Amino acid sequence: MEFPTFSSPHLPATRSVSRVMREVLLALVPGMLCAWWFFGWGIVVNLVLATLACVLAEAGMLAARGRPVAATLADTSAVLTGVLLALALPPLAPAWLPVVGAVFAIVVAKQLYGGLGYNPFNPAMIGYVVLLISFPREMTQWSAPAGLGNTQLGLLDSVAWSLYGVLPAGTALDALTLATPLDSVKTALGIGEMLSEITRAPKFGQYGGLGWEWVNFGYLLGGLYLIYRRLIDWRIPVGLLGALFTIALVFHGSDTDAYPAPLFHLFSGAAMLGAFFIATDPVTASTTPRGRLLFGAGIGLIVYVIRTWGGYPDGIAFAVLLMNMAAPTIDYYTKPRVFGQDGKRGGGR
Amino acid sequence: MTEPSYASIARDGLWSNNPGLVQLLGLCPLLATSNNLVNGLGLGLATMLALTASNVCVSLIRGIVRPEIRIPVFVLVIAAIVTVIELGMHAYLHELYAVLGIFIPLIVTNCNLIGRAEAFASKHSPGRALVDGLMMGGGFLLVLVVLGGLREVVGQGTLLAQAHMMFGEAARGWTVHLVDNYRGFLLAILPPGAFIGLGLIIALKNVVDARLQRRAQHVVVAQPVAAAS
Repeated sequence: MEFPTFSSPHLPATRSVSRVMREVLLALVPGMLCAWWFFGWGIVVNLVLATLACVLAEAGMLAARGRPVAATLADTSAVLTGVLLALALPPLAPAWLPVVGAVFAIVVAKQLYGGLGYNPFNPAMIGYVVLLISFPREMTQWSAPAGLGNTQLGLLDSVAWSLYGVLPAGTALDALTLATPLDSVKTALGIGEMLSEITRAPKFGQYGGLGWEWVNFGYLLGGLYLIYRRLIDWRIPVGLLGALFTIALVFHGSDTDAYPAPLFHLFSGAAMLGAFFIATDPVTASTTPRGRLLFGAGIGLIVYVIRTWGGYPDGIAFAVLLMNMAAPTIDYYTKPRVFGQDGKRGGGR
Repeated sequence: MTEPSYASIARDGLWSNNPGLVQLLGLCPLLATSNNLVNGLGLGLATMLALTASNVCVSLIRGIVRPEIRIPVFVLVIAAIVTVIELGMHAYLHELYAVLGIFIPLIVTNCNLIGRAEAFASKHSPGRALVDGLMMGGGFLLVLVVLGGLREVVGQGTLLAQAHMMFGEAARGWTVHLVDNYRGFLLAILPPGAFIGLGLIIALKNVVDARLQRRAQHVVVAQPVAAAS
């Protein structure tokens, strides 16, 4: 919508949705490069497939709903959904996996609710959770990180595996995949091993898993760029990572051999991706300042609970969706006090 | 009070006032048991039978029951009928009974039954109450079967799996495999699939209704032109 402008001075408000989305995509690049370096070309194949499927699904749904197709597609929010979903998927997934997830994310989680701005849940995470619940086996096919002396599939081999399920001669799927660090820690702790022994395995790095810590570091860099550019509020990532760090510190301090260190939690799985890129989705997150801190802290807490006592190795997606549900309530009770309003009776009532 | 025609009762029950799609009554069993076609059919038939029988009984005693105590009497009638159906299924369709479990006795609390008893059967003759029970039950059955079939096809790529639970050993081979080597889409069989599937079916019905209405308006507009020429 255009409003008539009057006299100067003016502040340039040129942040259109598409520009924000493009900057977020740019901020994802360091993490993406790390993921590609450590986990191979499968990441790229997933990115292409999920993005294409998201854009096509968005175009189809917009046409069916009688909305302007080209103008709405230009906001590139569908591209971002596809990219975030692809970055969460295992690199050795068959081609239909990112496509099914992307179509579900756009059609059911976004467009059926009314499109961008109306979806109560983060579409990429809905797509991810649908895949995780429906296809648990395919969702564990994480490639072993580079640096362990293992073979990695090249670009063409990755495409052949993704589309036709064919591996190059002499390679077995078992030789390419490796349980993720979070998964191994959970399994090994479950059978009573001690953390100091578990983390001696070569797939563990300085803080988190080998490769994983670099991927998370890449997302951290991108996230700091977003905060510097004021595209996201610092409160959600700080709340999320702070809560995760604090509760991990408490439990790690109580028993260093049964609970992983706080930095392991911060640099494992999807912690950084979730904190800076997924939980900060402006549509589905909390919008008040205090609410954002609470929203982030809630996610961090649930992630720790799922990682430590839950059935899945990582819990960013479930945590984000659960807190999406709570976001309207959080907003209701954390409305900032209006200047002049009675402080005691302020806040939402 | 004028009695509605049988055709309008049928149209109400099967389409325009369908208990599953329009009144949204009895959603708990509808969503919970429609994870495949045979389960949906089983619960749908049991509900239809209970609804028809309770409608007829309530209609027969409508002159005797005092209005102050009508609701407890209706509940007793419905409970007695459902108990008979439950014992019958326990005896003759034991496997299906075991799968549907608590949802068979829970037909007692299905709002459809008490709703039709209060809103229709207690005010109309037994013949009309019978047709109303059949049609309302049939509408519910139809939604259960369509939703169950949809979830079964999407969820595991088959139709009529486990038909032997209802039709005996001869039906073991009835299972239709629509897609070979289908990986299965578990979500459709889990509870979210029920909500999404029912939502899509309701949306489809609304689309069809809107089309029909548009066509009806079109005809009305066309009439004067035809008369003039």
